[in-house]
Amino acid sequence: MPKVKLPRKSTAIDMTAMCDVAFLLLSFFILAAKFKPPDNLAVQTPSSVSTKIAPEKDVVMITIDKEGKVYFSVSDANKSQKVEIIDAVNTAKNLGLSAEEKARFSNNPTSYIGTPFSQLKSYLSKDPDQLKGVALGGIPVRDTLNNELIDWMRAAAGAFQGGRMNIIVKGDDASKYPSFQGVINAFKKNDLMKFQIVTNPVAVPKGTELFKINEATGTKGATD
Amino acid sequence: MAEMDTSGGGKHKKGPGVKKGKKLSTRVDLTPMVDLGFLLITFFIFTTTMSQPTAMRLFLPKDVDKPEEQNKVKSSAVLTILLGKNDVIYYYEGDDPTKVQTSNYKAIRDIVIDKKKRTDPKDFVVVLKPTQDASYKNTVNILDEMTIDAVKRYAMVDISPVEYSIIQATEKANGVK
Repeated sequence: MPKVKLPRKSTAIDMTAMCDVAFLLLSFFILAAKFKPPDNLAVQTPSSVSTKIAPEKDVVMITIDKEGKVYFSVSDANKSQKVEIIDAVNTAKNLGLSAEEKARFSNNPTSYIGTPFSQLKSYLSKDPDQLKGVALGGIPVRDTLNNELIDWMRAAAGAFQGGRMNIIVKGDDASKYPSFQGVINAFKKNDLMKFQIVTNPVAVPKGTELFKINEATGTKGATD
Repeated sequence: MAEMDTSGGGKHKKGPGVKKGKKLSTRVDLTPMVDLGFLLITFFIFTTTMSQPTAMRLFLPKDVDKPEEQNKVKSSAVLTILLGKNDVIYYYEGDDPTKVQTSNYKAIRDIVIDKKKRTDPKDFVVVLKPTQDASYKNTVNILDEMTIDAVKRYAMVDISPVEYSIIQATEKANGVK
């Protein structure tokens, strides 16, 4: 039998098209990636069936860490409000903060307040880099007579007056209820009755009431 | 593979004097470039946070001091849920805290549903009372449970000293530390 000669084909493929696709995807992911700002407060949030995405604009965030310490922060886009808040607190509490110290709070995008008023001046007099890893005491909230978050929330409500303010509570799983209760009390004292809790989304358990309602209406998760 | 031609120009064919530019192949080996591209893609896929945190809305009722302005509820239509230590739930129906029963976060769903079925929907109220030993997670979980069970009316109220002492006594009897 004569040998059938297969024509030799080159193994080299034109990689240009593949390369194009690879870099197209690469540029998409680079642009779509949103890097989290370095979070100084690591918080493990609880989960809920809520499907509403947490707002990112005009946010006043109250963070409760795992030891139950309370921190106050404002989203960095609201610089003018931050200036107003720190000014209002400074005047109301006679803290005697210098312009530079106030700027430490208002100019730093990731700044947060986690000290009682008594230590606020010394806290703001330090450079943010110096404060890395330093344990803060948190804003006192548990004592009903000395709930300093009330003053912070009053200043925030004044600064956001006329506009929309999204109050967000971001609490750690392990923190105890009294801190949360203190935070709620501070809201109530300022007549701020609406707030939102940051959670991790989970699916609605099958067979539950909400699941049946969603099946009937064709929605997913909780509507409010 | 396509390769860049870097070999010398070879012999002149057109004789001396006629200079001809070296013909270099424009084909470049793209394999490493593709490798790098996909490596970066994988990196960005893994670092991108896909699930954004969601927010649960909560509306607080206004504190009213005058008793005539307070909401009245039928005591028979009330289910009170107390959140205790170590993820334990205590609950009772009506207004008698001594009838407190023990439960957990899995079983509470059936209890709420059961009570809901037995009560007139327009009267049914769940009262949530976290104790100081309950964690924040417990509180959010029980609020979420209200959404899951489609409970229309629920309220988060501070615990009374009587109830707290009953829970403490129950915890002591059950050997909860």
